[in-house]
Amino acid sequence: MNSDPQARGSRLAARGFVPELLRLIAERAARLAPRAVRFMEVCGTHTMAMFRSGIRAMLPPNVRLLSGPGCPVCVTPMGMVDAAIEIARRPGVCLATFGDMVRVPGSRTSLERAKAEGADVQMVYSPLDALKLAEAEPGRTVVFFAIGFETTTPAVAATVAYARDRGLRNMLFLAANKVIPPAMEAILAGGEVKLDGFLCPGHVSVITGSAIYEPLAAKYHAPCVVTGFEAEDILEGIAMLLLQVVEAAPKVEIQYKRWVHREGNAKARERVAEVFRPCDAAWRGLGTIPMSGLELRPELRGHDALQVLGIQVPPELENPGCSCGEVLRGLIEPPECSLFASRCTPATPVGPCMVSTEGSCAAYYKYGER
Amino acid sequence: MCLSVPAKIVELQGRLATVDVMGNRREADVSLVDEPQLGDYVLVHAGFAIEKMTAEDAAETLKLWEEMAGIESFEPRAASDELQEEEKP
Repeated sequence: MNSDPQARGSRLAARGFVPELLRLIAERAARLAPRAVRFMEVCGTHTMAMFRSGIRAMLPPNVRLLSGPGCPVCVTPMGMVDAAIEIARRPGVCLATFGDMVRVPGSRTSLERAKAEGADVQMVYSPLDALKLAEAEPGRTVVFFAIGFETTTPAVAATVAYARDRGLRNMLFLAANKVIPPAMEAILAGGEVKLDGFLCPGHVSVITGSAIYEPLAAKYHAPCVVTGFEAEDILEGIAMLLLQVVEAAPKVEIQYKRWVHREGNAKARERVAEVFRPCDAAWRGLGTIPMSGLELRPELRGHDALQVLGIQVPPELENPGCSCGEVLRGLIEPPECSLFASRCTPATPVGPCMVSTEGSCAAYYKYGER
Repeated sequence: MCLSVPAKIVELQGRLATVDVMGNRREADVSLVDEPQLGDYVLVHAGFAIEKMTAEDAAETLKLWEEMAGIESFEPRAASDELQEEEKP
């Protein structure tokens, strides 16, 4: 028996009542039929969990799940990847980043290929690993290429603050951190895809609190359920969304109560505000979304890799034929892309959604939904 | 990318904790959570604890699981009654 609190969930989820939850989903979906409903998950970890547990195949035909822009690797613009490659090629510079980012193709090459050609590219689990490299080699410039949403940004912010406090002038940051709610709003406001609700990201919400989605529920009448990552959590989240649709009562609810509260983690958010300030940011597939990104505050420009190394981020380019943008907006499913599983595979990815283990294309490819 | 794992604080020294993740020990920075204590459960992401659950909350969770472990064949009817109750506004 699993005695870990991660597996707790609400009482129902914890009891592992998958059949009960499926029955509840079927009953609620039947009350809506023939109307089809579409829910979007905006978290790559949800995407993977759904494929791994086979949830999509268990749902009634009138309940569909779409993957949104919830994979930080996938939404990082190609220009940032190009900038990271340019930095990694500088002599005396070590570029450290999370594993998946290394394989993402830039406009001409990837960090992985730059590494094979001699650039110093390190894959790290935590930004603190990059900080340790900088402390160990004061003569070397270490640049942490930071990507990630609200879950990850506090860890980066704390690391920037440690670099500042310890006077580590050789520790720089290429920050491409983003915040999720403006992207969710862009999808609703764009109106390209009609959505009946969001499965809101569990670990982003640990930091933001569920209150962050309240304006979305109020303004766009979008049901929002903050959901955990066990199969039971996801099924319960879907059942809760369906009930909101049945009752025509859109609101924000928390399924993942064991870790998420309405208020979130204020201490982590203070750390972020101390180091970063909001800025407009480009999202792959979604274009530039106002105030959806984070940049280092002006007083920390001594740790900003773009400023210190004098690097310009090239304008947005896309690989011809790559439909990652449409996939990220929920307009098409990966197999509808002409490159899917032919020119674009996990071994030879053309777009980021095939690179990241949490990308929709990689998930469809791996779990055989073609 | 947002994958986070629950872990238990088994040693604590300032902002650095040693945490137990399903039997494995690793280091986690606990500066982002309020008043971390030995025995607290924390959610760890990218080397940092990003939320904590007190030992009491965790004990409640564990009790629930122990109850379940004690049930040899659970009764689906009871579950469905509970679902009905939850549906009430």
